[in-house]
Amino acid sequence: MTDPAGRRTGSPPPGLVAVVAVVLAVPVVALMWVSSYNKEEPRLGGVPFFYWYQFLWVFLAAACTTVAYRLLIGHERRRRALRDADGHRGPGGREDGR
Amino acid sequence: MSATVAAAATGTRGVNGVALAVVLVLFVAVTVMGFLAARWRSAGPMGSLDEWGLGGRSFGSFVTWFLLGGDLYTAYTFVAVPAAMFATGAVAGFFAVPYTIIVYPIIFVFMARLWSVSHTHGFVTPADFVKGRYGSRGLSLAVAVTGILATMPYIALQLVGIQAVLEVMGIGGSANALARDLPLLVAFAILAAYTYSSGLRAPALIAFVKDTLIYIVIIVAVIYLPAKVGGFGAIFDAAQQKMAKPNPTTGAPTGVFIPNAAQTWPYATLALGSAMALFMYPHSITAVLSSKDRNVIRRNASVLPAYSFVLGLLALLGFVAIAAGTKPIGLDGQPNAQLVVPQLFEDFFPSWFAGVAFAAIAIGALVPAAIMSIAAANLFTRNIYRDFLKPNATHAEEAKVSKLVSLVVKVGALLFVFLLDKQNAINFQLLGGIWILQTFPAIVFGLYTRWFHRWALLAGWAVGMVYGTVTAYNVVNPLTGKRLGGSVAPIELLGRNGYIALTAFVLNVVVAALVTLALRALKVPEGEDETRPEDYRADAGDPRVHDIPELTESA
Repeated sequence: MTDPAGRRTGSPPPGLVAVVAVVLAVPVVALMWVSSYNKEEPRLGGVPFFYWYQFLWVFLAAACTTVAYRLLIGHERRRRALRDADGHRGPGGREDGR
Repeated sequence: MSATVAAAATGTRGVNGVALAVVLVLFVAVTVMGFLAARWRSAGPMGSLDEWGLGGRSFGSFVTWFLLGGDLYTAYTFVAVPAAMFATGAVAGFFAVPYTIIVYPIIFVFMARLWSVSHTHGFVTPADFVKGRYGSRGLSLAVAVTGILATMPYIALQLVGIQAVLEVMGIGGSANALARDLPLLVAFAILAAYTYSSGLRAPALIAFVKDTLIYIVIIVAVIYLPAKVGGFGAIFDAAQQKMAKPNPTTGAPTGVFIPNAAQTWPYATLALGSAMALFMYPHSITAVLSSKDRNVIRRNASVLPAYSFVLGLLALLGFVAIAAGTKPIGLDGQPNAQLVVPQLFEDFFPSWFAGVAFAAIAIGALVPAAIMSIAAANLFTRNIYRDFLKPNATHAEEAKVSKLVSLVVKVGALLFVFLLDKQNAINFQLLGGIWILQTFPAIVFGLYTRWFHRWALLAGWAVGMVYGTVTAYNVVNPLTGKRLGGSVAPIELLGRNGYIALTAFVLNVVVAALVTLALRALKVPEGEDETRPEDYRADAGDPRVHDIPELTESA
């Protein structure tokens, strides 16, 4: 990633990578931490906490991956727009598709 | 075919004629579609391996979503998981929910890199990548053999699912082994026939039908059934009562309603191990590589959890059956938890709708079985046949071998059905997971670093495979006394129980790291790496990204 060719092909900056990594790690950590939710109460419509909490994470995890996707795609679009404006082209006159 | 089936129907419960008719109609419709699919969006003849095995690699977001769904919506989801919930509760069954949730963040991270490097170098299988990355045919062979081996019990699980449906419909008899297994063999033959003739397109197209049927059935089941048995409060109360009751054989509680402190480890490790393993299977990787750009999989990662939600609802059908007092009795007169969901539908729905539900389950088992066997066959052809047996085979020869091997893999799966304890079908998939997870270091670590030495990875793999297999073999089911009775065992040094796959994986990584250090010190050649750092980021439209010329041109 440190080599200039790698940067030119659009590696996201380390800061962005770190943010995306954290966003993606959140659902994994939350669900692996079983002792935080192996409880019966409070029930929700008769469903014990253990069960409805995990259903809730289906949506929270989807939100996390969506955020991660938007962050990465947003970065790629901005980079491409910037490159087009600068008239920068990759080696051999090709434009990077990322 | 119906004549044969009717002749075999000598069971005591009698055949549910209406349900059977509905199933047959839907089954025939799907089979015809499968054959027609051979011509769908076809760019070239099926004679080439890429065309037959990867659908020409041109699937966009929408089709890929259904294909990936095919990996999750299998007999695992609507037969094995609810059966496990019914029999022994949360640790055995509900871990599938966190498993299918965390699988997406995990693949989000590395799948795009695998897509890019595969499309720049024409890799079709995980073993292709390993060979290119490490310059090691031995390591590539290990990955290929593991993929084929691990896929077999997973396909076996699908066959058990189909068998469960047929058994509840009253097909098959108790008179002799042939009468009992004939319907299974018929379903097996149909699967083999349409897979053989049309490759990946058949299951991709049928996936639409399958998912539509499943959604209809699930929506109806989830709205109708809980109300019918007294609401979710009553369902969970009934489940809690059953799980707490001591088992007459062992004296221990029947199952787990909510994991206690000691059970959190098995629960978490089963979920994590399964999630890490899922996308090591050759069929999952095939589905990802069939997508048309590197971000399809990431885009899909945000909508695929819809599958997890439905999987959770299906799991709870196991508890619904407890509240409903469902009695899943097999044709041999013995209770069989695997029959619980079809039996629940048979008890509560009119025959015609039970038929729709049965068809959904049967087709839902068929499609993944087809996808899995094709992927395993690709693996054999490219990484064993071409690399070791016949290096200068023509494309037509390769396609032919692939088709044959896909049959052989299904036969292997059939053997697993006969050898393993069908009462505990979820364990089939967990057993496959133990094996396939041992290829994770070579594949996923390899996407990021060449630090590990190729022989060290091979050593780690061998240790993980042996440890995992031996440990799993030594797990004895306390009820039946059979070996390979479960996939959770004590973790050495930690004094806790965990999924064997994950323990073996940790051992695998430790061995790989230590042996790497040793081989480095001895200056053993590292092998040639044909990939470059930028290959892992290339996307569609990039001149470096191409289909494989020797495979896509007409053979």
